[in-house]
Amino acid sequence: MLRLVITRLLSLAVTLLFVSLAIFLILEVLPGDPAAIMLGTAAREDTLAALRQELGLDQPALLRYLQWIGGILQGDLGQSITYKMPVSTLVAERMNVTLPLSLLAIVISTALALPLGVAAAAQRDGMVDRAVLVFSQLGVAVPNFWIGLLFILFFSTWLGWFPAGGFPGWSAGIGPALQALLLPAVALALPQAAVLTRVTRSATLEVIGADFVRTARAKGVDKGATLRRHVVPNALIPVTTILGLQLSFFFGGAILVENVFNLPGLGRLAYQALNQRDLVVIKDIVLIFSGLVIVVNFLVDIGYAILDPRLRSRA
Amino acid sequence: MTKRLLTAALLLSVSAIPAFAAKASLVVGMPIEPPGLDPTVAAPVAIREVTWVNLYEGLVRIDRTGKVQPLLAKSWEIAPDGLTYTFRLQEGVKFHDGSTFDSADVKFAFDRARDPKSTNAQKQIFAPIASIETPDPATVVIKLKEPSGNFLYYLGWGDAVIVAPETAATNAANPVGTGPFKFKSWSRGDRVELTKNPDYWQKDKVKLESVTFRFISDAQAQVAALKAGDVDAFPNLGAPELFAEFQKDKRFKAVAGNTEGETVAGMNNAKKPFDDVRVRRALMHAVDRKALIEGAYSGFGQPIGSFFSPNNPAFVDTTNVIPYDVEKAKALLKEAGYGNGLSITIKSPQMAYASRSAELLSAMMAEVGVDLKIIPTEFPAKWIEEVFKNKDYDVTIVSHTEPLDIDIFARDSYYFNYKNDKFKALIADAAKTTDEKARFAKYTEAQKILAEDVPALFLFQLPKLGVWNAKVQGLWENSPIPSNDVTEVSWTE
Repeated sequence: MLRLVITRLLSLAVTLLFVSLAIFLILEVLPGDPAAIMLGTAAREDTLAALRQELGLDQPALLRYLQWIGGILQGDLGQSITYKMPVSTLVAERMNVTLPLSLLAIVISTALALPLGVAAAAQRDGMVDRAVLVFSQLGVAVPNFWIGLLFILFFSTWLGWFPAGGFPGWSAGIGPALQALLLPAVALALPQAAVLTRVTRSATLEVIGADFVRTARAKGVDKGATLRRHVVPNALIPVTTILGLQLSFFFGGAILVENVFNLPGLGRLAYQALNQRDLVVIKDIVLIFSGLVIVVNFLVDIGYAILDPRLRSRA
Repeated sequence: MTKRLLTAALLLSVSAIPAFAAKASLVVGMPIEPPGLDPTVAAPVAIREVTWVNLYEGLVRIDRTGKVQPLLAKSWEIAPDGLTYTFRLQEGVKFHDGSTFDSADVKFAFDRARDPKSTNAQKQIFAPIASIETPDPATVVIKLKEPSGNFLYYLGWGDAVIVAPETAATNAANPVGTGPFKFKSWSRGDRVELTKNPDYWQKDKVKLESVTFRFISDAQAQVAALKAGDVDAFPNLGAPELFAEFQKDKRFKAVAGNTEGETVAGMNNAKKPFDDVRVRRALMHAVDRKALIEGAYSGFGQPIGSFFSPNNPAFVDTTNVIPYDVEKAKALLKEAGYGNGLSITIKSPQMAYASRSAELLSAMMAEVGVDLKIIPTEFPAKWIEEVFKNKDYDVTIVSHTEPLDIDIFARDSYYFNYKNDKFKALIADAAKTTDEKARFAKYTEAQKILAEDVPALFLFQLPKLGVWNAKVQGLWENSPIPSNDVTEVSWTE
């Protein structure tokens, strides 16, 4: 188990290094001069040069890359070009929104998908199964931002139950903050829940057909107990894989949903930074997103080992 | 039981009485969040829309009709040669941090803006300055190298607001000015909150206790926020197709005004076939401006025939110089040797008005045998790189939002690649003309030259679709300068 953790950690570090290099190179070739964007079309050449110097954009690329990575290793994410403040502060502010939003979405999506998927599989072609198939088809087809728009129209504009967007901040209390996050979390969760339901259903069906389940039933274990003790634990492995993959979708999806609901999260910061070519902020956020996905995959790998004892000895 | 209910109802209604007093807070919606809150170091319009005359003040200001009015300078004299400006400053004015405003701050602010290291986006405003003297705390004498007809007008812009030496470096994140409102907080990505400045030098004018600017980029979300009452005013709504709905709704006041944004389809004048004025005129004849505005902006927006804002007192209507005329367009193209058709491209940014206009233009061009292919581009980053800097384009479309920017057609390296010595001399001459009437006459002539020479297809003035709660009064209907001046805004009742 320890060896598994160490090898996985090493590969995690190497992956992150390559990711950082890729991010840097992509931004190098991305058209757009941050100085020209800040100063607009009326700026004079000498003013642009002064700003480029102030931002350190006149330095050679290799030096800038090393400065960036060196800073990150020392816990310094650098200074935002547009906001003129430390990126770490900006990211911490935004994490207050994106992290709870994603967690809420994961909880909602899992809480919907697992019972529905198992229930559908337990009675294949039954009423529940048919309903689940129809709704999950719909959920997969409909994009989350569009669900978000419908929610705003229905729950905020017509019913007035929820704010039409924006975030009051945690200082306004847990209640209002959660109220602001609930609709976007559901919008974010539904398409993922649909995928997860289908995966759970097929994984459960596959296990239900397995020999050991038949054996258990033959031994006289009743249907419910077989499902709980033998089927669900084994079906969880593919479900965990998908859940791990989905986490990156939650962060990616947050970019769109946060824009629709006007939530000041990390995704919206990334979007704004990209428009403004705030290279420092983009680099950091993409690295953080990639880092999160890599770390989650690491955790999923470890999770396999815990769920499936065979993997422990193999590594 | 009934009695108790009645008492409860009575108590409730009594406690509700303060709600009938006039509201003193205002939530203003904006489509774009400003990157920083210092208008003296960056160009974006959104910075001015939060800060200009709300947080910071200049020596003079532009009023809602586009005219120059005194602000931190209560009066001024211009020497007959137009080279010496003597400003008498307001006394007893304090910055938000409690320090006193005087002539040294003016000198500091302008010296900082014209310094070689300055990153002021409109540095040319300060280029004519030869020296700044401060004979006493309430007087500033500015000497110019050459007469500058628009000098006073430019001093009213956000780029020329007065900042203090102690706080200038940190203004982007923590703005300190002399304005009617003080900076309270900025939840990045969501809102900026301002509170009334209790020491403001004209505090009798100010009715609001607090102002919140909320940033909502999605047009549907803007409409939803207005309808749900989360936002009291959206001075520049992003959803023209839903604006008419607000015009019918009695709860709202919906006003279609003008911005300073001339929407033009710029052409690469150095490149074939745009170096031929007949081709440029033909393309202009092919444009039905009215239909274009209908399709691109739901009919809001004034047609323009040249490059000048209708807000400006020197504006003349030139839309009839080259009117919509398909036959004439075809004849001109034939004369120029393109009778068998012409194939060109338009680089169209993602803004709704631009991409819709590009599609309509493409359809209109097809009517006269011109194949206008649309190439999408991203504004600002990619557009600035490809079109503005590298001039790698045939036709493009964008709205130029700076006030009084007709001189861009006189700049040598500007992306239009337009060269007209007569026009250039006229603009240089106008810039040096101190007499307002004479200067306006020159701008009128300049507008006519552009209308006839068509260096760009002049389409329409970007409208300012303002929607606000019907009980809010005092907001600007037009924006002769990018701003959301809330100094004198109040609630009725």
